[in-house]
Amino acid sequence: MPKHELILLKNMMQPGYTGSLADYEKTGGYQALRNALGKMAPTDVTAKVMKSGLRGRGGAGFPTGVKWGFLPKDYQGPRYLCCNADESEPGTFKDRQLMERDPHQVLEGIVLACYAIGAQSAYIYIRGEMVLGSKILEHAIGEARAAGYIGKNILGTGITADVWVHRGAGAYICGEETALLESLEGKRGLPRVKPPFPATHGLYNKPTVVNNVETLANLPHILSRGPEWFASIGSPPKSTGTRVFCVSGHVKRPGNYELPMGVTTRELVFEYAGGMRSDKPLKAFIPGGASAPFLTPEHLDVKLDFESVAAAGSMLGSGGVTVMEEGTSMVWAALRLMEFFYHESCGKCSPCREGSSWLVQTMRRIIAKRGQMQDLETLTDLCKNIAGRTVCAFGDAEVSPIMSTLKHWRHEYVALIHEADAANLIRPESAGTRH
Amino acid sequence: MTLSEKYKDEIAEILSRYPVKRSALIPLLYLAQREPGYVTEAAMTEIAGLLKLTPPQVYETATFYTMLNLKKVGKHHIQVCKSLMCALVGSDTVIGWLRTKLGIAPGETTADGLFTLSAVECLAACGTAPMMQINDDYYERLTEEKVDKILADLRTAGTSPLKSGPYMWPESAR
Repeated sequence: MPKHELILLKNMMQPGYTGSLADYEKTGGYQALRNALGKMAPTDVTAKVMKSGLRGRGGAGFPTGVKWGFLPKDYQGPRYLCCNADESEPGTFKDRQLMERDPHQVLEGIVLACYAIGAQSAYIYIRGEMVLGSKILEHAIGEARAAGYIGKNILGTGITADVWVHRGAGAYICGEETALLESLEGKRGLPRVKPPFPATHGLYNKPTVVNNVETLANLPHILSRGPEWFASIGSPPKSTGTRVFCVSGHVKRPGNYELPMGVTTRELVFEYAGGMRSDKPLKAFIPGGASAPFLTPEHLDVKLDFESVAAAGSMLGSGGVTVMEEGTSMVWAALRLMEFFYHESCGKCSPCREGSSWLVQTMRRIIAKRGQMQDLETLTDLCKNIAGRTVCAFGDAEVSPIMSTLKHWRHEYVALIHEADAANLIRPESAGTRH
Repeated sequence: MTLSEKYKDEIAEILSRYPVKRSALIPLLYLAQREPGYVTEAAMTEIAGLLKLTPPQVYETATFYTMLNLKKVGKHHIQVCKSLMCALVGSDTVIGWLRTKLGIAPGETTADGLFTLSAVECLAACGTAPMMQINDDYYERLTEEKVDKILADLRTAGTSPLKSGPYMWPESAR
């Protein structure tokens, strides 16, 4: 079926592949580690990753090699690697498959990253709900430790890299890297003010790198096949490699599709995901998880790479593509996501904590046909006072569903308000923006 | 029995993973929750002692995370995802079925203490929506027949073979 070569999902597509250490080794697993540890300088590993153009797959898309390069070179104390497996962005379910079906691919990437940055300890911060995933990873760590790929004196090279699974406990914000560190330290998951950045003051105030599962899973392949090979895939020079796109919503075949970056949503939805569920026209889609602004059918031919999606007014984010068919209320869809953000706001910053509550209440009023035209101004004002005014990017994310649906489907908001007017010719109480 | 008596080895193993004791807090809270299904005040005080924290420090962390229950929940905690991706393909209908079948609203527990129903936010299984989590297990691509079967299984056997295995897409490649 695939026209393109699979990289991350390749092993698991083979019949009978269980994800065990033996299966992984049969496909050439841990060869990259054997060839790198002690044979290649850690700085060479970083240089290769930089040259590959690999960018973070968690959402922000920051160049991985550059992130590693921020660690202080002369620092003698402990350093840490955290694998961000807190996959919580609505619309995203790729890390789950990578961890549950091919855990050693992730572990090899983790040990390679530890080697590159000089970390002797790595924590996999996995979202608490993924109990099965955490058990699979723990089992795989046990196998890898017994085989000498993880632990002290890896493969006799004298290099130490220990890996532990740490389960979160149900807080979306812990996918934000500094909130993740706070949570891993046993505290409430409140994002830290930056700077200082984790590269210098991370876990336990020590130099730390936080990388997403999919990012780390790419490392063995980059080292085995070379950065030039990797950099030739996708939309070079800025969006290289593949993405595991998670397709959800009104399509015939929702699921994970690994494709080179730069594929269009039209191809993804109609060639790969089987097209629309009820053959109704596509009305809207979100290209990169709940934090990414909604796009319209006009954007179906926008390439799914970091730059093109940003130029279209959204973001590639986590790769979660959610598709909505004609007939879906965009006000309802925006409210559903707003309720998510309201629930998940950590409460640290007032604009986000209070604003999310006001946004939900205003949206609910409009949906309940009790809205007024001035509610639209209220929504816009609130959004403008949240975005950019919070410690972390959550504030920018939470306003995107409302701002983007107001931009593209303002008439749906207006129609609901007009219905409200018609239903309330005699108002029981004076208008006003009560919250 | 205190946690230290009951889970001595497990606690030692958890503590050995971290250079700073407080990092063991969430893992220990999970341990405290394992049997009763929620974290008691006595357990939090004991954990504070183990980690050299004050009880309020334990409490402030425990109250932040939705998976740590501070009140008793039913034997089977049913959590239906209601976020947009699941809602697009019918999660509200699933919640409706469960309301009728169990006779309780989200946030409530059945009189026999067997089931608690919750409507929750995204559980990262959007490709197999609608879905729900019951205790540690995911149940995906829910239909009414499937929900009936799961509830019957849980009532009779305490577990259901319909729970998800390792996630795979496409399923034919399994």
